[in-house]
Amino acid sequence: MIELSNVSKTYFSNNKGNGSNAIHALKEANLIVPKGTIHGVIGLSGAGKSTLIRCVNLLERPTSGTVTVDGQEMTNLSNAALNRARHRIGMIFQHFNLLTTRSVFDNVALPLELMGQKRHTVRERVIPLLEMVGLADKADQYPAQLSGGQKQRVAIARALASKPQVLLCDEATSALDPQTTSSILELLRDINHQLGITILLITHEMEVVKSICHRVSLISDGELVEDSEVGDFFTAPRTQLGREFLNDFLQLTPPKELIERLVDTPGDNTHPVVRLTFSGDAVSTPLISRLARECGVDVSILQAKVESIQERTLGLMIAELLGTPTQTQQAMTYLESHQLQVEVLGHVQRND
Amino acid sequence: MSSAMIDLILQATLDTLYMVAVSGLISTLVGLPLGVMLYVTRPRQILAKPVLNQLLSIITNIGRSIPFIILMVAIIPFTRMLVGTSIGINAASVPLTIAAIPFVARLVEAALNEISPGLIEAAQAMGATPWQIICKVLIPEARGGIMTGLTITAVTLVSYSAMAGAVGGGGLGDLGIRYGYNRFNPTIMLITVVILVVMVQGFQSLGDYLVRKSDRK
Repeated sequence: MIELSNVSKTYFSNNKGNGSNAIHALKEANLIVPKGTIHGVIGLSGAGKSTLIRCVNLLERPTSGTVTVDGQEMTNLSNAALNRARHRIGMIFQHFNLLTTRSVFDNVALPLELMGQKRHTVRERVIPLLEMVGLADKADQYPAQLSGGQKQRVAIARALASKPQVLLCDEATSALDPQTTSSILELLRDINHQLGITILLITHEMEVVKSICHRVSLISDGELVEDSEVGDFFTAPRTQLGREFLNDFLQLTPPKELIERLVDTPGDNTHPVVRLTFSGDAVSTPLISRLARECGVDVSILQAKVESIQERTLGLMIAELLGTPTQTQQAMTYLESHQLQVEVLGHVQRND
Repeated sequence: MSSAMIDLILQATLDTLYMVAVSGLISTLVGLPLGVMLYVTRPRQILAKPVLNQLLSIITNIGRSIPFIILMVAIIPFTRMLVGTSIGINAASVPLTIAAIPFVARLVEAALNEISPGLIEAAQAMGATPWQIICKVLIPEARGGIMTGLTITAVTLVSYSAMAGAVGGGGLGDLGIRYGYNRFNPTIMLITVVILVVMVQGFQSLGDYLVRKSDRK
């Protein structure tokens, strides 16, 4: 439904005396979002998320590469054809961007007015939309009278007014509190489910990805560095940045005083400290006690957590493996053979 | 006070109102589009035309930097060409309008500056044409600010129109100078000033009311 191929965006800022400075906001980005799916793009601020999503409806024109939405190449359309194509792409924003001088009803009616639809057709379309987002009773109020969550609901109704195939969400929940966020996410999920609308969203919150996305891409410094199923991303991110996002989300980092004692290379009297990630069957297997029995290694658990990510269960643990180097090596091999991800964080000097 | 004097004051008040109304109306009709142009032709705006923008900006600045009293005298040939005379209220309305156009344009531009760029982006995402953005987003959203600007313009025009009296423009300023100042009649001077004060108060109150009505923030 949405396809970006080799999309780059470079900004040139003319610094006087310095020549021109090129900022590569997006580098050769490739992305395919199949029809009816919810795709998340996660990244830190300044990573190029905003540029990426704006390239889809050409609010930002890519410097190179092509953008295709619903089989139509956006990048070579005339202005008039581009505006028509944009009627089929809804967009919502972090700060809602509602017109303050228009009532809720008139805000939702705006895209239809722009398309030149008749007053009664507009009415027939707007009222059910307001009912769908649960704001039928607020039709005559003005945005200033609404809460943040209500404003975003109006914005969603407005984005859907022109019956788009695609909905772009630009940090749509970042200005909302956690409870409102989850109700908006639920609404987006319903829209995707009931209307089959393809959703591309950008966010910096793992929670958003976890609760509604099917697939996720990780963007870093203008590059899409990872693209995976949400379940895979949460159990086994392939990049360092992905792991950082995950650890941050799970808040599973070793205690500070342990980090200070960690050394990179094993010594004579050291134990490895490992982060174990396990999903699927491994969650329900008593692996720790087996380690003790079968490898003679004791496990000291420093931190542990079990999360459910959509239909999958994910366990995480930071532990110190106590035993001789051969034994601990054996233990790690054993764990890996049982589909656990083992990451050695470092080695810590034995205390005794 | 003689009834002739009262008639004179009444006539002068109407003359001032006429000059403010004519120049206010025409300068709004020209200044509003000019202000919108100044805004939308900026670099990275919806109708970015940097060269045109620079040109308009320079012309506007020139218009705003010429002192009104000089402008009034300098454009006498133009005024004469337009209304056939260089004295009287019709003649005074010409420089008033010329002076107010760039004034209105800059105030409209300032009002447009207050609009969140996100609104324009949202309208573009909906497939709005630049013309639709101007009519359905920019002007309605800036309505309160534009009203404020027009109120300031009306008040400024009242005092400028009094200045036009200095060159025989007619109106309250003319009356005040000829009867109050040249003939040392403090009563007439006081009356003209009081009427001007009331007039300004009236415009301001009306303006405030319209701003309140159009503001939904």
